[in-house]
Amino acid sequence: MATATRTRRKTNREVARLLEGLADIVIEAARKGEDPYFEIPVRALSNVSFNKKRRIIEMGENKTQRSFFNLGMARKFMQTLLVADALKVLQRENFTTSLREIYYRTKHTIAGTNENTFDEQSESDTIIEDLEVTLSLLREELNVRAAESGSIVGPIVFVEGGDRIDCTRQGKAGKTVPSIVEPGELDIKKVTADFVLLVEKGTQFNRLSEDKFWKKHNCILLTGNGQPPRGVRRLARRLHDEFGLPVYVLVDNDPWGYYIYSVVKQGSINLAFESQRMAIPDAKFLGLSSFDPEKHGLPRNVGIKLTPSDIRRAKELLRYPWFQKKQWQKEIRHMLETGLKYELDALANKDFRYLTTDYLPKKLKEQDWID
Amino acid sequence: MAAQHREISVSEFFAKNRHLLGFDSPRKALLTTVKEAVDNSLDACEEAGILPDITVKIEVAPGPDGTRPAPSQADRFIVMVRDNGPGIPASKIGNVFAKLLYGSKFHRLKMSRGQQGIGISAAAMYGQITTGRPCRVISKVADEPRAHLFELSIDTAKNQPVVHEKQQIDWDQPHGTEVVIELVGRYMRGRQSVDEYLEYTAIANPHARIVYVTPTGETREFPRGVEELPAPPREIKPHPLGIELGMFLKMARDTSTRTVSSFLTNDFCRVSSRLAAQICEKAGVNPNARIRKLKNEQLESLYRAIQSTKFMAPPTDCLSPIGEEALKAGLVKTVPADFYVATTRPPAVYRGNPFQIEVAIAYGTGDGKSSLQRVAEELESGGNGEAKAEGEHKDDGPTELARVIRLANRVPLVYQQSACATFKAVLHTNWRNYGIAQSKGALPQGPMTILIHMASVWVPFTNEAKEAIAEYDEIVREVRRALQECGRKLAVWIRKRQQAKNELQRRFTFARYIEEVAAACCRLKDGRINQERLKRQLLQIAERITGGEETDRILNRATKTGVDEDLAGAVVRTDDGELAGDLPELARQVAAKA
Repeated sequence: MATATRTRRKTNREVARLLEGLADIVIEAARKGEDPYFEIPVRALSNVSFNKKRRIIEMGENKTQRSFFNLGMARKFMQTLLVADALKVLQRENFTTSLREIYYRTKHTIAGTNENTFDEQSESDTIIEDLEVTLSLLREELNVRAAESGSIVGPIVFVEGGDRIDCTRQGKAGKTVPSIVEPGELDIKKVTADFVLLVEKGTQFNRLSEDKFWKKHNCILLTGNGQPPRGVRRLARRLHDEFGLPVYVLVDNDPWGYYIYSVVKQGSINLAFESQRMAIPDAKFLGLSSFDPEKHGLPRNVGIKLTPSDIRRAKELLRYPWFQKKQWQKEIRHMLETGLKYELDALANKDFRYLTTDYLPKKLKEQDWID
Repeated sequence: MAAQHREISVSEFFAKNRHLLGFDSPRKALLTTVKEAVDNSLDACEEAGILPDITVKIEVAPGPDGTRPAPSQADRFIVMVRDNGPGIPASKIGNVFAKLLYGSKFHRLKMSRGQQGIGISAAAMYGQITTGRPCRVISKVADEPRAHLFELSIDTAKNQPVVHEKQQIDWDQPHGTEVVIELVGRYMRGRQSVDEYLEYTAIANPHARIVYVTPTGETREFPRGVEELPAPPREIKPHPLGIELGMFLKMARDTSTRTVSSFLTNDFCRVSSRLAAQICEKAGVNPNARIRKLKNEQLESLYRAIQSTKFMAPPTDCLSPIGEEALKAGLVKTVPADFYVATTRPPAVYRGNPFQIEVAIAYGTGDGKSSLQRVAEELESGGNGEAKAEGEHKDDGPTELARVIRLANRVPLVYQQSACATFKAVLHTNWRNYGIAQSKGALPQGPMTILIHMASVWVPFTNEAKEAIAEYDEIVREVRRALQECGRKLAVWIRKRQQAKNELQRRFTFARYIEEVAAACCRLKDGRINQERLKRQLLQIAERITGGEETDRILNRATKTGVDEDLAGAVVRTDDGELAGDLPELARQVAAKA
């Protein structure tokens, strides 16, 4: 599956044809009197590998057969076709929709029974991801929007939906990052920033925006409110690729923060097939590092004791191939040794503006980050 | 000081030890009263060779103003139990009902119900203490023309009956006994209720007909399921390894024999004169010595010598198990289910006491819903066709756990379930081996009734209240084996049904989804294909894959016959609702009527 990065977006007609192909499989098998099946790449840790050269997570070759005449798979097989049908409508009519709407659109009671085609949204969500990997299609190409929970502020101008948007003039809250940021949907007109700062939480984004950190340090601020959605990741990647901006990631000092950074940097396990267009292998981990509390004199009492699941998660991270660098092993082990995690918010213990006036300038000046 | 040392009257003893006798709460008192009367009636009928016909009626007692509160609110009840037994001679009625510890069952080693509880006189006394009312008895023996009516109370200081009224009356029964006791009690339905106790009694005694008039005025009849009386149990002498030292000393004092040797050979079973000589030699006691003259130390060394001697196991023909047929009959006529199996283990011995374990299992709802035909209809019609909202598809109703019926010498044990060896054996059995869901250390799940009966000349209870059977290795082992025997048969049946059900499900599932798949394909192809043809082709594949004739064969095998070799002995409800398998005709008729 390790195909070269695809830059051209597939047309509606191409996507529709791929979806139709599923029906062809059924029709062809039925004609021959055979059990129809789809081959679906496995989306699990067991089927991903870390490409050391490209520094991204890649999907393996393992596939499962989803056949119709198998009691355990029949329902999912039927669901796959229902979702494909709904997705094709989006192509024909050329509009976008949400995962939730797909669920409602495809949900109905099977004639003569009280069985629903779908009982919960998670069922249709899974099928959509199955189709993405099976047909090598992107979520945007399927016209399905992800959640729009990201914001951007800083010296960048783009055109989106026909409107010219200057992100220096979007107020303190910034501009919402749309879920589809591909050229055509979002055309970047002008970028004068020196780097991109991707912040985990809205609290710090607001602090930095209010303090006009982006102006003083000439950067673009991005946040995804937790695990950044596709739009935010993809936009950061474009800024990195097309404008050569370095990307720095600022997250809480806990295993979840490390994981967010790793997803930005080399992709996620579940959607490993999208790494090639989402991952930013050059992204740097700016903080919060497990060594920062000592360096910045944060008292022990603003730390939080690691929970058993934190400890389990941290130990898992230690084993991931993409965390094998010496510095990373040191970083994670140090967290385990101190037994504490720290939120970015804890910096307020020193001063409300400590993040803006001391922490970040110092970090950037001393290039105190982990790669 | 002397004034403080006086004989404690029976009533005082009773009042202070209510919990030992089953009268510790008003609710339990009501149950114990019914239980003592019913046990007496059953024993009396069986000893006289009469098929028992018993009526139990519980009424709310009228209050001072003559009104009767609702049964759930009432605290006073009138219990009436009438049987068709041989009747009690007039001269003995007073002692039977109004003298504690009077009876024929106290010092004997014979399988009988009466080993439990303290008898009907305790119930009468409880009634007298709590309400001040005497108990009323009517009894008639067959060879007298009229019945005797007594009103009795107990002189609690002397433990003697006091007769308040005594007359001869005409009675519409040729023979039998009726007792009426008014008492303070509490009536509740459900677990540990009189209702439950009588239901279990009916199951354990399928030869009895029981009519129960509840406090709410409802009449429940438990008809007879078999027409043969159980074989009368035989009395045996104690086995030398089955008695405690204290009992041994008491027997040596009470014996009618003269010498040590004759004491050992006559008062115990399985002691030959050769063995008696061996024991005496080991103990250093002269076998011809007068037994009554022996000192306690000598008796103790005799007792120790006995413990290191090997004896034949006690005779086991003294036991009268319920029997596999009767067990199935008892369940069939009382518990609606789709599958019944019973097993009676061969007799075994714990501590010199012969005993026998029986297990019976009823599985399924019996309302026909679980029969495959219904499953098929349901699948075909697809339920009620009602659309379900998000979250409604999850069937998170409470899981139904199996019900355990424990019996000791045919008497239901309703309290202290979790302390009972038989109940623990159910928990420790791995029911998942038999295709039944079970959480670790819990009861198996499903519509299931498990009956366990221990028949013995001496049932070892964990405490004085006689509510739970003690955990002797031999007993636990036998219970476990009996459960396994029944479990294996149940597993065969469950697996066959599951297999057939899966086949059915496959057929219907595919048929249902084919509609959806064909329609979706047609839409994906913008209507450019022949949807009907695609459907037809897919249906053909489905039929081929789900095995057509083969499936029919499996379905037939699993449902129609029910008398496969590997299910021998079991009773199975077939598709047409009939019960197939060996079963007394009467029970079959009763079940069909119900």
